[in-house]
Parts: sequence; C-alpha cells; structure tokens
Amino acid sequence: MSSIEQDIVSYIPRLQRYARALFQGNSAAADDLVQDSLERALSRSHQWQKGTNLRAWLFTIMHNVYVNQIRRVGNGPDFVEFAEETDESTKDTTAANMELGDLQQAIAKLTPEQREILLLVSLEGLPYQQVADTLGIPVGTVMSKLSRTRKHLRKLMHTDANASHLRRVK
Amino acid sequence: MNEPNAITDSELHAYVDKQLDPVRRSEVEAYIKVHPETAALVKDYQLLNRSIQNLYAYELGEDLPEQVVQVKPSQKPKKNKLLKIAASLAWLTAGGLIGLSANPVQLILNQTIDGQVANLVQPASFAHAIYSTEVLHPVEVSASEEEHLIKWLSKRLHTDIKAPDLSKNNYQLIGGRLLPSTNRMAAQFMYQRSDGNRITLYIRRGAWGTDKTRFLYSNRETANVLYWINGEMGYAMSGQVDEAELLSLSQEAYKQMG
Repeated sequence: MSSIEQDIVSYIPRLQRYARALFQGNSAAADDLVQDSLERALSRSHQWQKGTNLRAWLFTIMHNVYVNQIRRVGNGPDFVEFAEETDESTKDTTAANMELGDLQQAIAKLTPEQREILLLVSLEGLPYQQVADTLGIPVGTVMSKLSRTRKHLRKLMHTDANASHLRRVK
Repeated sequence: MNEPNAITDSELHAYVDKQLDPVRRSEVEAYIKVHPETAALVKDYQLLNRSIQNLYAYELGEDLPEQVVQVKPSQKPKKNKLLKIAASLAWLTAGGLIGLSANPVQLILNQTIDGQVANLVQPASFAHAIYSTEVLHPVEVSASEEEHLIKWLSKRLHTDIKAPDLSKNNYQLIGGRLLPSTNRMAAQFMYQRSDGNRITLYIRRGAWGTDKTRFLYSNRETANVLYWINGEMGYAMSGQVDEAELLSLSQEAYKQMG
C-alpha cells in the first residue's frame, strides 16, 4: 500500500464519524457515503498534491459525494429553512437544557448545508476557511449560516427547558 | 452600547471555536466579563460544541490494527474490500479483537451512541454512577451469595447469565442487582479493586438491530463505557478506568460469557 493510500485509510474513522453525524443514525447510508468517498479518493489519489491538506481534500470529496447522494435520493425528511431569529428569542435566562437525543433530532432537521457547516466546525474543528473551501462557498456564508444555525439551536436549548417544565405542570 | 472595540458576531464564534488570534481573544475575554448577556451566549455555544462532540464521541488509539493496514496495495479498489476496511474499523469483530490480544489491541473506537444502543450505554453509565459510589448499599445481593444472585438474575432476565471472574484483572466481584431498564430488566454486576475503585458490568436484552459482537468505546461524563452486543444480549462495562484497562476487562468478560 502506498503511503498516500495508507494515509487515506487512516482517515476512515474520521470520515465515518462525520458521515454518521450527517446521516443521523442511518448507518447504512453513512457507510455507503464513506465507501463511495473512499473509492473516489483512492482512484484519484494521484490527483492529490503533496503538501496540501489531505484531510481537507478527503472532506471535500466526501462533501461532493454527499451532495450527489442527497440530490439523487432527495432529501428524505423535510428540511425546513428556519426563519431569521431575532435576538429577543435568546434573551431568556432559563438554564440551557437539552437532552443529547433532542440535540440529535434538532441537527437532523437542519438543511444538509447547515448541518455540514455545523459539524465541520463543531465536530471536526476545521478552520472556517477550510470549511468554506470544502463546501465551495465563501467564508462569509459559512459564518452567517453558522451563526444562524447556532442561534436556532440555542433557542431550542432554552425552549426545551420550558417545554418540559410545562409538561410537568400539566 | 457599541464600544470602539465592539466584538463582531463572527469573532464571537471564532472565540468559541478557538480560532481567534491571542490578542483578540483576550479582548473578547475582557468584554464578556462585563457583558453577562454575551457571556451567556458564549457559554451556550461552548456547551453546544461540547454536546455535539459528546453526541459523536469517538476516540482512536495510536495505530491501526494490522489487518487494516495490510489491505492489498495498488489493486483497483473493490467495493467489498472497502466495505470490509470500513467495517473492521467501525466494529472490530470479536474474532479480530481476540486475535489481536497477543499484542494489545491498538484501535478502540468510540462510536456514535444512537438508536437502540443508547438504551444500553446511557442506563449503564447512569447505573454505574449511582451505585458504584454507594457506600452502604452498592449491591443488592452480595458476592457471598453468588449462586443465589446468578440464579435470581438469570430468572428475571430470562436467560442464563453469569458474573465473569475478573480477578485476573485485579477486580473482585462484590455483588449485583436487578435494575429496571426501558421496557426490560437489566442486571448489574459490580467489581472492586483493592484500592476501592469500582467497575460495573451492565447486561440487558434488546432488539439491537444487529447481532454482531462489537466492542465499542464511549466516554461518558460519569464513566468510560465499553460495550458490545452478542445476539440479543447487550453488555456494557463502565468505570473510571482508561480504555486499555476497560478493554482488557471486557475481553476477559467476553471470553467467559461468550
């Protein structure tokens, strides 16, 4: 195995985690994504330029495969582009409280692009510029979408505490 | 109030994501000290980041196991082969794991806790946190009545279970208890090391969506958990021990329990 192939293989677990996070528990779809991405990466490994970031290259390939996949099969569940949040919504002082399961569901409801941005930043810890390069969008777009997504999730973090409180009162 | 050095929204995110240069970072820190609303926002975003990482908690050992690295070179990638690579990374089969035990297993994956497996890992780590710290009543039935304990738990779980002997790993059985679990009963065995450290083995039946034996690692807030599925039975070993020790304990338990 050439060293580039070995390097690619060493990234499989990272790619797999990211794929699973993208597909939210649909591990068959996630495995397909990883596999297709690996095939593409291995068959094009000669195209990778030494000295450039292999991880970024692999994530870019994966993103392209992902976009093709969801284009082919449709988005699955409905993705609702959430309305612009106002700052009012996040001023409440209720303690943030969100079960991991609720967070997972909330992430599942994001649009694919919102989800990719959030996961590449929060899970993979990619620099913003690399996220932009990976997704082929301007870094400003990464920032504004990241900001909106986080605002949205933050709101859920707080309203969730309220909701469970209300349920308890009933 | 807008100060001359007002922090932009992007900078707040960069601060949360540790992508801000040191100078600006200390300015943001000074700013949030006197702006509680912004401080609360930052705290929530940090919590969000941590939660996302916990959600997909995942850890790698230093090296890859032999069989992964030895995939045939220069061959055109075949679908099955690749799937196998991915699969062996995602879940080491029991055979692979035991096979590697001569030289210690190099790879431990900390897998997404989703679907049914959540019904194993979460209650196991929770039960560990509750009972392993208990001074007076850590177990319901003590190891001195092991035979009775095993019989009782086997009866309630509708399957023959046993408490593996982990004395080779310096852990002595101190007893066990029956626990309610989502729709089911679960059993917990507790072991103690001479220094007082305790680990627990949590066992329950479930529809796991897989009958593969998988050794997966998750580090939870309360304890590290190594879990595996064997047919209908799910097992989770929890403790405040590192993954290498947890793995060796789990392998020993697996060997004895099948």
